[in-house]
Amino acid sequence: MLHLIDRRENGRGKSTGNRERFLRRYKAQIQESVKSLVGERHLADMERGGEVRILRKDISEPSFGFGRGGDRELVLPGNREYVAGDTIPRPEGSRDGSTGGSDGETQDAFVFSLSREEFMQIFFDDLELPNLARTHLGRTERPKSVRAGFATTGVPANLAVVRTLTQAFARRRALRSVLAREAEALEAEFATAVAAGGAETAAQTYAELGHVQRRRAALPFLDESDLRYRNRVLRPEPIARAVMFCLMDVSGSMDEDKKDLAKRFFTLLYLFLTRKYGEVDLVFICHTDNAEEVDEERFFHETRSGGTVVFAALELADRIRADRYASDWNVYVAQASDGDAFGADPARSARFLRERLLPAARYYTYLELAAPESWERVSTLWAEYESLVATGNFAMRRANERMQIYPVFRELFRKES
Amino acid sequence: MSPLSQGADWDFDLIERYDAAIAQTAAEFGLDTYPNQVEIITSEQMLDAYAMSGLPVGYPHWSYGKEFIRNEQAYRRGMQGLAYEIVINSNPCIAYLMEENTMVTQALVIAHACYGHNSFFKGNHLFRQWTAADGILDYLIFARRYVMECEERHGAAAVEDVLDACHALMTHGVDRYPRPAPLTLKAETARLADRVAHRERQFNDLWRTLPERSHQTQCGASTGFPADPQENILYFVEKYSPRLEPWQRELVRIVRKLAQYFYPQAHTKLMNEGWATFWHYTIVNRLHEKGLVDDAFMLEFLKSHTDVITQPGFDSSAYAGLNPYALGFALFADLRRICEAPDAEDREWFPNLAGSDWRTTLDFAMRNFKDESFMVQYLSPRLMREFRLFAIADHEDEDVLTVDSIHDEHGYRRVRKLLAQQHAHETRVPDVQVVRYDRDGDRSLTLRYVRQRGRPLTEAAAQVVAHLRRLWGFTVRLESWENDICVGDVTECRA
Repeated sequence: MLHLIDRRENGRGKSTGNRERFLRRYKAQIQESVKSLVGERHLADMERGGEVRILRKDISEPSFGFGRGGDRELVLPGNREYVAGDTIPRPEGSRDGSTGGSDGETQDAFVFSLSREEFMQIFFDDLELPNLARTHLGRTERPKSVRAGFATTGVPANLAVVRTLTQAFARRRALRSVLAREAEALEAEFATAVAAGGAETAAQTYAELGHVQRRRAALPFLDESDLRYRNRVLRPEPIARAVMFCLMDVSGSMDEDKKDLAKRFFTLLYLFLTRKYGEVDLVFICHTDNAEEVDEERFFHETRSGGTVVFAALELADRIRADRYASDWNVYVAQASDGDAFGADPARSARFLRERLLPAARYYTYLELAAPESWERVSTLWAEYESLVATGNFAMRRANERMQIYPVFRELFRKES
Repeated sequence: MSPLSQGADWDFDLIERYDAAIAQTAAEFGLDTYPNQVEIITSEQMLDAYAMSGLPVGYPHWSYGKEFIRNEQAYRRGMQGLAYEIVINSNPCIAYLMEENTMVTQALVIAHACYGHNSFFKGNHLFRQWTAADGILDYLIFARRYVMECEERHGAAAVEDVLDACHALMTHGVDRYPRPAPLTLKAETARLADRVAHRERQFNDLWRTLPERSHQTQCGASTGFPADPQENILYFVEKYSPRLEPWQRELVRIVRKLAQYFYPQAHTKLMNEGWATFWHYTIVNRLHEKGLVDDAFMLEFLKSHTDVITQPGFDSSAYAGLNPYALGFALFADLRRICEAPDAEDREWFPNLAGSDWRTTLDFAMRNFKDESFMVQYLSPRLMREFRLFAIADHEDEDVLTVDSIHDEHGYRRVRKLLAQQHAHETRVPDVQVVRYDRDGDRSLTLRYVRQRGRPLTEAAAQVVAHLRRLWGFTVRLESWENDICVGDVTECRA
């Protein structure tokens, strides 16, 4: 007597709760892994899931068991050539340790993958993003589904009733009139045949007339060819374009931590822009005392030495903008620096910004990566830039920790969204 | 008779028809089973089931999350195929079938799990003694609800601490012999009266004439508490821990009950799988004889079957230990052969079995043995030759391994004994017992590990002792003794 139950529909994701507990428990190690992933990835690729490694010794569950050493005997299958009394040299490592069906994993790390949502969650946790911003940035956009006429195939939910009935009516009308004419002709023939007296032809004509009249009566109310369904097509959102200029000071005073902070800053801006615009271009400009446009690898990993001249970078950015992004592009500029510009440079840069770049750009953000020791001291660049805040599309912030980056964007979100 | 179906597709109606045919065949062979409940699941749900050892319900814990992740990774990378069956010991016996299986696989699973494993759960003495098949599911539902309530009331971290500690001690949280039931008042009084009567009968005035003996104070250990070493550490903690709250005691009890439920499975793995494999093989062959399944079915079936019972040699790269399916199936099949067509060697080794009725013999074997005793009783020389079993000796003070014995005249009995020992409880689980609880003093707990032949505990033992200290609340000491001498390894954790 068999009791057969189909459980396929219910009870999915029974283990999600337990999986979450596991992730919560090993949060610290996972965050470490995520941090290194962020360091490795390209800006544009940030939003994927990723692989996390946790040391096996951290997640092992201890119990009383036998260790190496002591005397024991072990029975093995598959003897080829040994007889009692033979000696075998000891194999190194794990051979004499396995007695049961081990799962064959030999790595020292427990590797598993995070989904995209989990990865972004941890990334945002680090930055201490508030929830509203998280949903905004964490969303994936889907193309819109738009009505596009009618089709002859579809699902019953999309059946356009009135249109179907119209088609049916038209078909019936057409066929009925055709049949009516045939019937008329046959009737006339019948009448002439009767009048002429030919019994056979009359009977034949009568039979044909009957046939046509039956056909007329059997016209179906609805036929499959009448059915009409509402049609939908997927239409992508209209493409608005944005270009993001990343300016970074790569003189010797910028160490790895500061570069990591800068990278997170740029990532956040990029994520925000990709939500808003269909197409976002990235331009990387690094400068010491002269500026150069580079690709992302060199942007984050190259170290040069030299002084710091911000003006050169701003000039280059403006030139590129005029060359390649003159029409119809929304320009966002993000600058990261430690603020130590000398001489006339800060004043010149500020003036350049006010006159040339800020009017052409949608928004300009400046992040100063200052060491905590120099917190009290206001850097030269900072002092000059402060006057630009009044223009309205300029924001500046000092940060030496990841969680301080977000407040820069609070202004941005309020204005733009 | 014509085949029940052709091709790989299955549907619910077909499954019921196959089950009816298999049930009839099983009844022919005299298999006694619980009622069957078969559940069709997706591969995702199979991964869930794996993570919780096949139980449909369980209390939430991060280690199940870890298992789930590990299995999912292995499955995604193709390193591990999902078992096509999981079956749990309960009444009704629940078996899971994956929707992706072909009809052949579904039939194989039904024969294997619903009739093979099922009859084993119902018949074997260890299962009958230790698991209440009727009650386990309800108990699990209670356990889950209780754990979640505790989490709400006392916080997830506190509950996790207790559960982690209990999991660490799970191997030492089982009773291996049933405790005597407490006597009723009437029985207790009767026992006392019996004792007094016995004393009176044994009275002899001569004893009065012996000289006085000074009352020696007995050495502290023997009047200590507990009077005898306790092997069930979790039971001891649950009953006697001075600091645990009632809800914590209940959690310990839950883990203990779960461990007890799984206890027979570890000790009958080989027999259980062998029995189920033997019966799926026998039943399907009988169906083929009757014409209910065709040759195409048999080809696919045989491919699955041989995959399951492969035993790679010790030096092959695919070697992962002794395959319980292979050895178990071979043992039962060989037993059948000894009953039906014994040769001279079988008559010499198994005079009582040779020529007997194979069904009775197999049934007796299934009911009354566990892996270790089953091996000792029934492993034949022919099987040892077939598997080419040999024993190596790994001694600490020698820098080479020695071949102790092989599958020849001199070595059969020794190899058999060693293989059986390998499956014994003592060889798998270290002998750690509670020897002293200083109730009147510093409330410390002393555990003793009885070391045999120099085999030490792993380094993780220190972590387990730390867990136990957290549960116990006072100092916990672990001593290692060998041959009644304390051998140095003393781990202590101050409260």
